[in-house]
Amino acid sequence: MVARKNDTPANAVGRASSGKKLLKCFEDHRHVWVFMELEGGNVHPVSIELLGEGRRLADKLGVQLAGVILGSSDGVGTKPAIEEAFAYGADVAYLVESPLLANYRNEPFTKALTDLVTTHKPEILLLGATTLGRDLAGAVATTLQTGLTADCTELDVDGDGSLAATRPTFGGSLLCTIYTLNSRPQMATVRPRVMATPQRADKPIGRIIQHELAMVEEAIVTKVLAFLCNDGSEQSNLANSDIVVGGGLGLGAAGNLQYLRNLATTIGGGVGCSRPLVQKGWMPADRQIGQSGHTIRPKLYIAAGISGAVQHRVGVEGADLIVAINLDPNAPIFDFAHIGVVACALEFLPALTEAFAKRMPPHNSIKGMDRGRLDDQE
Amino acid sequence: MHIVVCIKQVPDSAQIRVHPVTNTIMRQGVPTIINPYDLFALEEALQVRDRYGGEVTVLTMGPPMAEQALRKALTHGADRAVLLTDRHFAGSDTLATSYALSQAVAKIGESYGAPDIVFTGKQTIDGDTAQVGPGIAKRLNLQQLTYVTKIVSIDPTSREIMVERHTESGTQMLKSTLPCLITVLEGVNAIRRGSLDDAFRAARRPVLKWGAADTGIGELTKCGLRGSPTVVKRVFAPGPRAEKAMQMDIIDKTLAEVAADTVAAIFARQPVLERKLTSHDNR
Repeated sequence: MVARKNDTPANAVGRASSGKKLLKCFEDHRHVWVFMELEGGNVHPVSIELLGEGRRLADKLGVQLAGVILGSSDGVGTKPAIEEAFAYGADVAYLVESPLLANYRNEPFTKALTDLVTTHKPEILLLGATTLGRDLAGAVATTLQTGLTADCTELDVDGDGSLAATRPTFGGSLLCTIYTLNSRPQMATVRPRVMATPQRADKPIGRIIQHELAMVEEAIVTKVLAFLCNDGSEQSNLANSDIVVGGGLGLGAAGNLQYLRNLATTIGGGVGCSRPLVQKGWMPADRQIGQSGHTIRPKLYIAAGISGAVQHRVGVEGADLIVAINLDPNAPIFDFAHIGVVACALEFLPALTEAFAKRMPPHNSIKGMDRGRLDDQE
Repeated sequence: MHIVVCIKQVPDSAQIRVHPVTNTIMRQGVPTIINPYDLFALEEALQVRDRYGGEVTVLTMGPPMAEQALRKALTHGADRAVLLTDRHFAGSDTLATSYALSQAVAKIGESYGAPDIVFTGKQTIDGDTAQVGPGIAKRLNLQQLTYVTKIVSIDPTSREIMVERHTESGTQMLKSTLPCLITVLEGVNAIRRGSLDDAFRAARRPVLKWGAADTGIGELTKCGLRGSPTVVKRVFAPGPRAEKAMQMDIIDKTLAEVAADTVAAIFARQPVLERKLTSHDNR
């Protein structure tokens, strides 16, 4: 473990409390923790992504990475989560097993996680920005009176070992880097698919540290009476599509969205949009791509008539190939696209659809389009 | 039943325009609105009041101009409005905000009866953190029910409440007790316009303005900048990618030619996609 000094003066940042004066009681906080979210017995993909990120931070700090697993030993249990934690780079697994943790409820989960933190003192604690992660992170950070940065798009440690958590600000026009200087742990949440999925290791081994949950069912006020699983078909496939076609205000009118759908149908992609289209009511909220919508990592993303505000950028930056079509050669989207076409999206989309169709076998796309499969795609 | 709704005045992001030449955000003259998610919380509170009787108090923390948001909430039908405004609160992060708001909720409880339910929207559209609701719940030791889609029933006698809560994988049916804090998911109800009576009543209603001292906040170190463990160290515009975008040549070419070039460029960079799209059996 690398010893680090906490007396390095922080840079002046123009805020009263900006100097790092870490209290004695926080000086022995070490290690990076990732909360492992379980969903029907499976580890949520965001937790795997966070393990990859956590590993990088832990290596930079010269400390250990731990996965935190809270669950019940009944049924599918916590064993797969422990294996996943080690397989994706954790050195340690903190485990709290109790029937009280079978279904997510704020009270016992907050108790289990805060007790673990108080006992083992992590320096950094990362959670997925899911409904569960956000519910839990807010409660834990308040209980521990520490800083929590939501929906980060980038995490790093700076020269003096502080967590630098970057997230969009000002409604998505800019990014800001946030520090938690004087309290520990430094907490952050990250949305699914913002970070890349790390490689699975060959030799997953590690130390398991188990704790009891100091709580009885009678002390928990809120009860789960029932859980109704979503019908799979209701889920938007946008986040997992290989190809996504997105539209922005440059399309001009709701009626022009058909050009977007035609292209998507032809190449078998999902249809998404930027925030203004949802606000105008042209598309439903579950089609929104960006910081407050879906984060996507497709092989190909075609952005038509989207200017490319940071809000949108952070949602698509993980795409392997970004093709931008915009009439304005100075649109910010050309700063992060791989291929740029300066053209009116309305005119170019049909041409592009046709060009794809020409390269594709006849039975595939165009006929399907004629049969009116457009709406099935949504 | 006494219900407190926490709302926030935010810039109307739908009205924020990008300057066509400089591509910068134009904030001047952008109107402010009640955070849209909070309107669902307000409506849910009004519906609970309609069903079970009682009063709805709206609370906001912000600069003096946030009074407009409270006035609007009164015209929707809220009974009382409290504006928490003090320079000591400036620069609050979510932890400091939840402290100030929780103290104000406690003070509202002392003055007008302890709240049975505190409502908030699921998050704000400017901060997007969803952290203040849970923060208030923990500080006041209220049961925390987030992302609620439906209040199924409330039994005022046994003080039991049943709600449906949204998660990514399904719907939780929860039974809890009052007092509780509920954050409301968007789209769960239709926001009422408010009657003419409400509008007249709202015009006559005072908006109570409380500073830190009025709220009984002794620990000013927990407020504003000093009470905020998080520090914004740097605000910046993201730089362009290291590799510049390959601009398709559009001079002296028809749209069809440019489109064909574009497809060729896409396939050159993503051979996997080419195989997938151009093979017969792979759709």
